[in-house]
Amino acid sequence: MGKIPFHVSVAACAAALLPSIGQAASDADVEALRAELARVKAEYAERLAKLEAQIDQLQPNPGVGTTAAVDQAAVAAPPAEPEAAPAPQAARSASTFNPAISLILAGNYSNLSNSPEDYAIQGFVPAGDEIGPGERGFNLGETELTIAASIDPYFMGSMTVAITPENEIEIEEAYFRTLALGEGFTVKGGQFFSSLGYLNEIHGHAWDFVDQPLVYQAFFGGQMAVQGLQLKWIAPLDFLVELGVESGNGDYFPGTRQDQNGLNGVIAYGHVGGDLGDSIAWRAGVSYIDLDAEGREFEDRNAAGDDVLNAFSGSSETWVVDAELKWTAQGDPRRQYVKLQGEYMQRKEDGDLSYTDAVSSLDGGYSSDQSGWYVQGVYQFLPRWRLGARYDSLDSGNTKIGLVQDGLLTAGDFPLLLPGSPTRTSLTLDWSPSEFSRLRAQYAWDDASAGPADDQFFLQYIYALGAHGAHKF
Amino acid sequence: MIRRLMTTCAALLLCAALPAQAQLRILATTSDWGALATELGGDKVDVYTATTALQDVHQVNAKPSLVARARTADLVVANGAELEIGWLPVLLQESANPKIRPGSPGFFEATSAVRLMDVPTSVDRSMGDIHSQGNPHIQLDPRNIAAVAQALTKRLASIDAANAAYYHARGADFQARWTAAMARWDALGAPLRGARVVVIHKDQAYLSRWLGLQQVAAIEPKPGVPPSAGHLAELVTKLSASPPRMILRNAYNDPKAPEWLSKRIKAPVVTLPFSVGGTPGAKDLFGLFDDTLDRLLAAAR
Repeated sequence: MGKIPFHVSVAACAAALLPSIGQAASDADVEALRAELARVKAEYAERLAKLEAQIDQLQPNPGVGTTAAVDQAAVAAPPAEPEAAPAPQAARSASTFNPAISLILAGNYSNLSNSPEDYAIQGFVPAGDEIGPGERGFNLGETELTIAASIDPYFMGSMTVAITPENEIEIEEAYFRTLALGEGFTVKGGQFFSSLGYLNEIHGHAWDFVDQPLVYQAFFGGQMAVQGLQLKWIAPLDFLVELGVESGNGDYFPGTRQDQNGLNGVIAYGHVGGDLGDSIAWRAGVSYIDLDAEGREFEDRNAAGDDVLNAFSGSSETWVVDAELKWTAQGDPRRQYVKLQGEYMQRKEDGDLSYTDAVSSLDGGYSSDQSGWYVQGVYQFLPRWRLGARYDSLDSGNTKIGLVQDGLLTAGDFPLLLPGSPTRTSLTLDWSPSEFSRLRAQYAWDDASAGPADDQFFLQYIYALGAHGAHKF
Repeated sequence: MIRRLMTTCAALLLCAALPAQAQLRILATTSDWGALATELGGDKVDVYTATTALQDVHQVNAKPSLVARARTADLVVANGAELEIGWLPVLLQESANPKIRPGSPGFFEATSAVRLMDVPTSVDRSMGDIHSQGNPHIQLDPRNIAAVAQALTKRLASIDAANAAYYHARGADFQARWTAAMARWDALGAPLRGARVVVIHKDQAYLSRWLGLQQVAAIEPKPGVPPSAGHLAELVTKLSASPPRMILRNAYNDPKAPEWLSKRIKAPVVTLPFSVGGTPGAKDLFGLFDDTLDRLLAAAR
């Protein structure tokens, strides 16, 4: 009621008291600033008064809210609980605006029957160094630090860095995201895990197995982190319909950065999801990734056993289909659940493949049509215990290498690209003493390399410190 | 390919442009606040409840259907005090709906209307699953319901100003019926005062305070930490000499540990609805307290 007059009068007083700055030179800006200052002062005075009133209101009401006062409270008729919310009890200090920080500690013990040096996914161009089961013996995993907060009413920011056991700091994600676009739109920019498929966005500590499915390793080198922008839209419907496009510099497998100012390629995806009754939640999606590569290099060993460097230039188109389903025993207090998921990917590449050994450098055509999929299920059979199984299967297709077709080289000069149909079967058992810790054992029979199958056994720990993690679907 | 996707986008955008529903769309995180929103909003609101009484609200996932509901919500009625910390922030973020951002009029927290019990002076995860802002399970003290109802009525009236008079009238009607019911419950509950009870964890703190129950032990050694065999054995030793009147268990709690203890210390287990929908009798907020008292009194007899 008296709010506006009070406001105005204080503003007027403050304005009057301000020393005049010589000839005002009709400076509207100065006037505006003065008015603003006065308004802010008035607002603070008002707020202070309100807070004082609240404190007064709270003081003579010690009974309610303490366990010691059970008796009074029980006898009392409904006490006059302060209707205005009591001021939050958190300490107001310089640290109030500190971002949420969380730290993941992880590590494992690996027992591998084959040397990881020889690991390759037969028939597929190596997609970086994060493929394969990792090193033998005890390994420190990636120590992952996430810092995130709202920036202002319009943006939030988040950074996740991984400190690798090699003492390198690797940016996993560092992005801003809009908060206030409305109408279901968000824009994200910087470096972020692409929303393609299902697993791509999920950080390592939240995986249900020690490692990524083979198809993710072969097609995206584990996970695709886009450097660029994402636009996402959610439809105003009672079930989930989410559409998004992403584009950036293309410097992520299967693309490469290019010597151009424009964007390289596009990633587009759509997801739908909903519930089937009270117990089942599902989601499914389709993603399309179109990227260009320019001199995407990989090392191989030619028929003579010499190291060679190959490079692909051309276009790469990938389709991903994903589906997830989670069943939770509603009435079952032991919180049993089953989570099933599967993804299928297909990739076509078309362009040139160059071959460089110690003496010569050759160039020819290249085309491939490759596919792969995995299905996995995780069953929580007791509150803290989960069992999981996963099957991976890839088909390298028949890659056409111009240099081989022209008879300049033999297929044996590209041993990594010899046709293959890698498979892997994994079983896992994990125990989570609390929401913040997980211990896992995993066995995998990995027949991805050209040689004999690899028996892999892992023991892993994952601990989460700090800010509470998110229960993503 | 891209063109086809664009066409789909455009088609869906057209759907978005369809006239919004006239009712105020409310997303309530628990069945209790969903029931309260329905009581206060009547036919002016469309309430969707994210969880059921048989779920542990702390353990919920930000599943696709919830993201979709949050996208179109005009108001989120949450419990607050970190009860939904694992999934509500994700939901609010994924939904891209600025109306329901914390701090906006479209975001309401029930705990903001009451004084919380058990506010820890220091927090550390070694203490178990504790909430730094205090005990969030406020719904089992009817006085808290009255306070939340008052705050929620105000909020409804301010968001949907066109129907403010309607909300105030419904609010006043609810408060009148609630006050009468509370008088009845207070009288009914009088014989329970001082009754010694064993609880599972801190969920019953507000109920105990209201009815004057005396919590003599907790089955969980620390909140959220399941009891070990050793801890249960200790409880048997401790409680055998003077057994409590009853062991309280919420509908969503695992019955095993309380029943095991019950056999050894000769005290009955009482299954309480805990939230609207937790038992067949707890159909709405009135039923929640009627049924809770019925069950307590039956066990105390």
